[in-house]
Parts: sequence; structure tokens; C-alpha cells
Amino acid sequence: MTGELLSHSIDSVRDGLLRKRFSAVEFVRKALETAERENPKTNAYLMFSHERALAAAERVDEKIAAGEDPGPLGGVPVAVKDVILTKGVRTTCASKLLAGYIPPYDATAVERIEAAGGVIIGKTNCDEFAMGSSNENSAFGPVRNPVAPDRVPGGSSGGSAAVVAQGTAVVSLGSDTGGSIRQPASFCGITGVTPTYGRVSRYGLVAFASSLDHIGPLARTVKDAATVLEVIAGRDPLDSTSAEAPVPNFAAHMNGDVRGMKLGVPVEYMKHATGETAELINKAIDSLRQLGCEVREISLPATDYAVATYYIIATAEASSNLARYDGVRYTFRSQNSDTLSAMYQNTRDEGFGAEVKRRIMLGTYVLSHGYYDAYYLKAQKVRALIARDFTDAFRTVDAVIAPVSPFPAFRLGEKIDDPMEMYLSDIYTITGSLAGIPCMSIPCGNTSEGLPVGLQILCDHFDELKMFRLASAFERR
Amino acid sequence: MVHDLGSVLEHMDRLAEIDTEGVAPMAQVLYDAGETATLRPDTERAPLGNESALANAPLAGTGYFKVPKVIER
Repeated sequence: MTGELLSHSIDSVRDGLLRKRFSAVEFVRKALETAERENPKTNAYLMFSHERALAAAERVDEKIAAGEDPGPLGGVPVAVKDVILTKGVRTTCASKLLAGYIPPYDATAVERIEAAGGVIIGKTNCDEFAMGSSNENSAFGPVRNPVAPDRVPGGSSGGSAAVVAQGTAVVSLGSDTGGSIRQPASFCGITGVTPTYGRVSRYGLVAFASSLDHIGPLARTVKDAATVLEVIAGRDPLDSTSAEAPVPNFAAHMNGDVRGMKLGVPVEYMKHATGETAELINKAIDSLRQLGCEVREISLPATDYAVATYYIIATAEASSNLARYDGVRYTFRSQNSDTLSAMYQNTRDEGFGAEVKRRIMLGTYVLSHGYYDAYYLKAQKVRALIARDFTDAFRTVDAVIAPVSPFPAFRLGEKIDDPMEMYLSDIYTITGSLAGIPCMSIPCGNTSEGLPVGLQILCDHFDELKMFRLASAFERR
Repeated sequence: MVHDLGSVLEHMDRLAEIDTEGVAPMAQVLYDAGETATLRPDTERAPLGNESALANAPLAGTGYFKVPKVIER
């Protein structure tokens, strides 16, 4: 009837529905069956939302029966990272502390997906509170990379990348604070988009680092990612940081010529890239040249300070945002406390995993009296320099081209014992996050071991259309 | 944990190397927008309601979150 989910795109689902080859309910049932059957291989889903999914599918079928348009995502199975709230469907942030949390409202992005006919079939595993680069920090066990099961899928949106790569969802939503969409997309061989800061409402995204948090799509094609972004983008009165900027019809306008487009390759990035990753990126650059792009070397001199800057700002903001998990409002309370302060302390001690504790402590430290100027304030100034590097670059180039990660997917357990080494692996993705510019990962080939490598495209604020145009041309190369 | 935090802080210390004289700290991503761009119309909206706000509380009663005794005798 439906064929394997892996072969489907948003367009093919729409086509199947409109030609009555299958109904939305049939298609979604099959998708849920496939996803549940395949999930033990990756542990990518934490939860399936049968009732909600079938109700949404029924609405799509009713619309089609009434001769109405089913919407741009009509009948499309969508997986949602478990840091994004779904009313009535458990949302855990992959934390023991929120293991029983049932949100009383929907995130705006979720609401918009369903309003566009999309069907939310489940919630995906991730690093606890989106803190990590390997998905090994989940309280509910790591996710395995569907391409190479002994390896990590990347993080923190590891589950959202794995379900799309594995074919147990057509598209998914992830969140990105320092690379958490792009890096797993590159490790799993799919496309992941971090839109401009403010492009997508974060209402209902559990806050990690508010000046850096983004919601964005993961998909198997540039067009699918662009379609999802168009659905979830746009001003939301419930998120004051969401931008008023008009949202273009990305998918309709992204097939233009890229001849003459000026691309910059930062020297600071290429010096860290090693072995086959560097080779594949260089090959991708050659392909872009063949498409008629002008490629030149550029310099983003503050890059060497990006990891330090990011881990100061992100942990500082996290230490403030996570203060709300005090055992009073959010499901979990330590049972071993008779005083209020012991309850706060024991709840956090028992509820949070090691990485979350590490970041809260770092965050409170860099904000503390006597260290604030040297760490937090200094980091904010360096952040301005990193953003300025990009502003300067976009005066002479249309897009910046870079690797996503210095290496492909590593083995489970390989880096988990050395947090600093794990942090350093975020070097190429955190700069775009700090600047708040749109950036994406698109597959650019596999290593000799068959591990996918992603090419990163970064553009100026609100220039997603240009980014998609380049990505689409590269995809069709 | 102490060892891990130490090595991260050591890495963070390298920020001292970079000259930021005269650079304004960046607390938020800024782009061209009017001064009132972050404001929304002041329209009424149904609140969450007491019951659903308390639904996830580990301990609640008579419409409130309950906590261990705060005042000692």
C-alpha cells in the first residue's frame, strides 16, 4: 500500500493522498507500525502518540473528502524532539526529572505543524535538556546511528536525526543551541536546518540557553526541510524574540541558478578538519565551483575563541533557566527531604544527570561575583566579535561554506569520558549559533567506512532563501 | 567532576588573550527592527487555569503547590 516510509517525501505523501492511493489514517497507522517495529534498533523514539496522530490523520482525511486542501504537510508523519512541548503527550527532555511531565499546552511550532496537516507520531530521544553532542546524555539510554549502529547519531537532536535517516518519520523537529540540529544531521546523512535566531517561535521549547536556542527541521531533502521551515516560521505574539520578518515561499523559489554566487571558505575552519572529512569538503567545494560559484578564502579570526565563549554563555543561561526544576512544579520531587532546602538540593541531585549538573555548576561559577567580568561579560564581548566576523564576511560573500564537524560519527563511549574533548567537537557549529545566522548541514558524501559527512552552509540573517538555493543546487549536482 | 570542571575552566581562561577593548557586550542577537518590534498587542487570552497549572505538581492541595514546612517553631 504505502511502501516503506523511507521512500516518501512531503510531496509523495500529498500525491498519494490526493490520488486516493491511501488515506491519511492508513498511511499514519502504517508509519506508526513501522516506527514501533524498527525503534529497538536505534532507541530514537521515547514515546509514540497514537491517539493524537490518528485524530490528526482523520482531520486530514475529512478535509480531502470535503474537497479541501489537506495543507502543506497534509498526512505527513512528523517526529518531535522531546524538548518541545506537546499537550497531553509526555515530554521528558530525556531527563529523569521530567519523566512524568505531561505538558498543559502545545509549542507554537507543534501547533503550526498540525494546523498545516502534519501528523505528530512521536517524541524523539535527545541529550538531557539538549545538552550534549552525542545523545549519550539521555536518561533513557543512548540512540544508535542507523547508518552505523556502533556509533553515535550526534547530538543533541540525535533521535530526530536518526528517525529521519532510518525512515521511521518523513521529517522531524529538532532544537539547536550550538549545533544540535546540524551535527546529528551530518552524522546521520540527512539535511538539518538551524534558521535565523527569531525566525521560529520558541514558545513551548523547554529553555536551555535562551539567547541561543532555535527550533528547526530535519529532513531527507532540502525541499522537505524548506517546506517544514516555512510552516513553523513567522512572528508569534507568545515569543517576544520571534521576528516580524516576512516568510518567503522557500520551496517555490529555491531552484534558481547559483552561477556567480560568491562563497567564502574560512581558513580557520579548514585547519582543524582532518582526513576524509577535509577531502570530502574540498570535493564539495569543487562541485560548487563547477556549478558556477566563485569560491574564495576568507578569515573569521575570532573562531579560535568560539568554544570557550559558547560554553560560558550557554552554561550561564542554562544555570538560570534550569533553576525552575526545584521539586515544586515539575513532577519529580526527592522523597528523602524534610526541609525545603534539602528538597531543592536532593531533587536536583537525584533528578539531573552528570552533564546537566556540570553545566549548571559551570554556569553559576562564570556568573558568580568576582568571576562575572572575566568570564561572562568577556564572553559576551567575544561573542560580538564572532558575530562581527560574519557581518564583515557577508559584505564580500553570499554564503560561508564549512565542515559541520571535524570528524564523522564516533563510536558510542569514545568521547563521553572527556567533556572538554566533546565540547571541542562543536567548533564549527557554535559560531553560527552565537551570531544567530541561518545555517544548515547537507550531506556531501561518505567516508571509506561509509560514514556520512555534512557540508555546512551559513548565510546572513533572514537569508534562508539564498541558503536553500545553494543547498538545492548542491543536492542536484 | 572536579577534574572535568578544571579542564573546561582552563580552556575558558584563553579568552583573556583576545582584545575586546571598546567592544560592547552582545547579550542578544540583534537585527534591524523597530523599537517596538518585541511588543505584542495587549489582547485578552484565556489563562492556563489553576487545575492544569497544578496538574504536574508532585504535591498539590486546595489550589496550591505544597512544599515541606518552611517555618520552624
